[in-house]
Amino acid sequence: MTHSTLQLLLLLIVLTDFAVLGSSRLSACIRWIALQGAVLGILPLVTEGGLTIHVVALAIGTIFVKAFVLPGFLRWAIREAAIRREVEPLVGYMGSMLLGAAALGAAFAVTSTMPESARGSLVVPVALVTVMIGMVILITRAKAVIQVVGYMMLENGIYIFGLTLARRVPFLVEAGVLLDVFVGVFIMGIVVFHINREFDSISASKLTELRES
Amino acid sequence: MLELFLVVVPLAAGALAYALRKARARSALLLTVAMLHTVAVGVLWVHKGSALGGWLMADDLGLLVLSLVSVLFLVVAFYAVGYVRYERPRGGRAFVSCLLVFLSATSLVALSQHLALLWVGMESTTLAIAPLIYSRDDRRSLEAVWKYLVISSVGIALALLAVFLLATAQPVAGASRALLLPDLISGASHLDQWWLRASFVFALAGFGTKMGLAPLHTWKPDTYGEAPSLVGGLMAGALTSCAFLGLARFAQVALAAGLQDFVRPLLIAAGLFSLLVAAAFIIGQADVKRMLAYSSVEHMGLLVLGLGLGGAGAYGSVLHVINNGLVKVMLFLAVGNLVLATGTSVVADMRGMLRTRPVSAWLLVAGLFAVTGSPPFGPFVSEFSIITGAVREHHPWVAGATVLMLTIIFVGIARMILGIVYGEPSTSDDEVSSVAERPSLIIGPLILASMVLLLGLYIPPPLRGAIGRAAASLGGAAP
Repeated sequence: MTHSTLQLLLLLIVLTDFAVLGSSRLSACIRWIALQGAVLGILPLVTEGGLTIHVVALAIGTIFVKAFVLPGFLRWAIREAAIRREVEPLVGYMGSMLLGAAALGAAFAVTSTMPESARGSLVVPVALVTVMIGMVILITRAKAVIQVVGYMMLENGIYIFGLTLARRVPFLVEAGVLLDVFVGVFIMGIVVFHINREFDSISASKLTELRES
Repeated sequence: MLELFLVVVPLAAGALAYALRKARARSALLLTVAMLHTVAVGVLWVHKGSALGGWLMADDLGLLVLSLVSVLFLVVAFYAVGYVRYERPRGGRAFVSCLLVFLSATSLVALSQHLALLWVGMESTTLAIAPLIYSRDDRRSLEAVWKYLVISSVGIALALLAVFLLATAQPVAGASRALLLPDLISGASHLDQWWLRASFVFALAGFGTKMGLAPLHTWKPDTYGEAPSLVGGLMAGALTSCAFLGLARFAQVALAAGLQDFVRPLLIAAGLFSLLVAAAFIIGQADVKRMLAYSSVEHMGLLVLGLGLGGAGAYGSVLHVINNGLVKVMLFLAVGNLVLATGTSVVADMRGMLRTRPVSAWLLVAGLFAVTGSPPFGPFVSEFSIITGAVREHHPWVAGATVLMLTIIFVGIARMILGIVYGEPSTSDDEVSSVAERPSLIIGPLILASMVLLLGLYIPPPLRGAIGRAAASLGGAAP
């Protein structure tokens, strides 16, 4: 049962990856990344090893930070800085989807070259595809807010990869990683807020004053 | 327990500094902690211990980086106290807090024997320094901090992936503890080679971004150009050294596992490409801080080049970490004085500084010869050792290309700095008035300059021993 639950959750993660990629509204993107954070929190509970205090604490911390606090903070930034609601991609939605599909193919291709022990599980390809789609969003979206969402997705992908070794990384380190991501997104959010006040619209593509002439 | 002290005390002081309302009290706290830190690091040289069950321990390489960071921070702290009298950075109370948290995070990186803990420290340095870059409420400052945050966050995320990949490479059964450096090295023959290779590639990309290796250096000129000079100095001297340490840790493991033929060409290629990019962009650069950023790209390139060459190259690389750190902070502080005087870092507007700010101008000239690796300064010894390494390890064309690139860079930097020092002021009406330079702003760079000079003439035996042992752990040997 846990195995099929795990597969289902991993599938949900991939779906949220593509949902963010295809959404044209900022609020939708933030909703999807929040959902992904929640699924991410549940994941360690269903991977093998059973419920220890360490796993439960980590799950609660992850859900709290990634599904509630950070998305809530981004929503606050959008509202307070009156950011326009569209994503404004540099590459169209169709093109983004194709890039996402290519990432999915690449993830499975890489997984098939891995040593025997890792090939069976879906965890590694899902982690890789989440990392890659996060990168795609970071590169192909002009708005600073959505770049933060891309960064969160990238971190989520790496976190999923970390799950494959949940027993090996101690709690202190996991907590440190979570705290760093939290503070990182928080500082980015504050900068996003200032960028908007200064530039009227939060578009990283307008950040072009510093260049080699 | 001293190791834990070095990490926890600056962190706690950072929190305390935010609560202090008086600027004078914050300055006093900053100086006290910086001095305590240096004293504690001095004690570590005589009496080594470990904390947190072996997670924190100063081995030779870590201790060298820690000592460098501590000395640089002390100098910068002293300078900062004088600096905030002339220019109010935007952060206000947060300025001192961020500096102290930065000290804590860099100490954690230098002392970590646990690679995931090292990562936590590395990410914390990014976060602590970001608010310091954003020192003015304007567009350029915002753009710089945004680029820095996004690019280095992605880089550091890749480094985390490298840490996880390395953990995967460790066999599940067996007595070795996860991600602890001594266990990784002693059990290197049992590591899975596929995961280890993947891990090293991501570590090179991740820590390479933090170091500013080309082509992952694009944040560097903008960030160094816009950050206050003392922050730029801390980044170019201390932060990049810590990032190099992170990469060196992964190299240690990969070399112990017998991946020389995989690791070394990658490092050599990354080093040469960084030298090439630095040479291309230093020529014709119009802003002195941006020039220093490209010079930092050059020196990061030299570090990985030496690491990749092994032998005398690795020895030169370890020595160069120290030399580069000292020179970079000295140059940034000297340039900072001129920027305070002229209000700009654009070369065309800061000419003839010898007449108005003679001490800083002379420091800049000394820095020019030091940073380009001319005798009798320290970088000459380390760069010479790296080039010797290239010749001895049968890479004559690498040695030749390096010498060519260093020559081009020398010409580029010399033209700029000599123009600043001796050139005729372009306009006479807004000429900078000649005033006595404040001791608090020139003592620090003067001390660093004398240290760089000393290291070029004589390396004290304890330091030489530590450098030799650190190089040996990276597959090097004293020439």
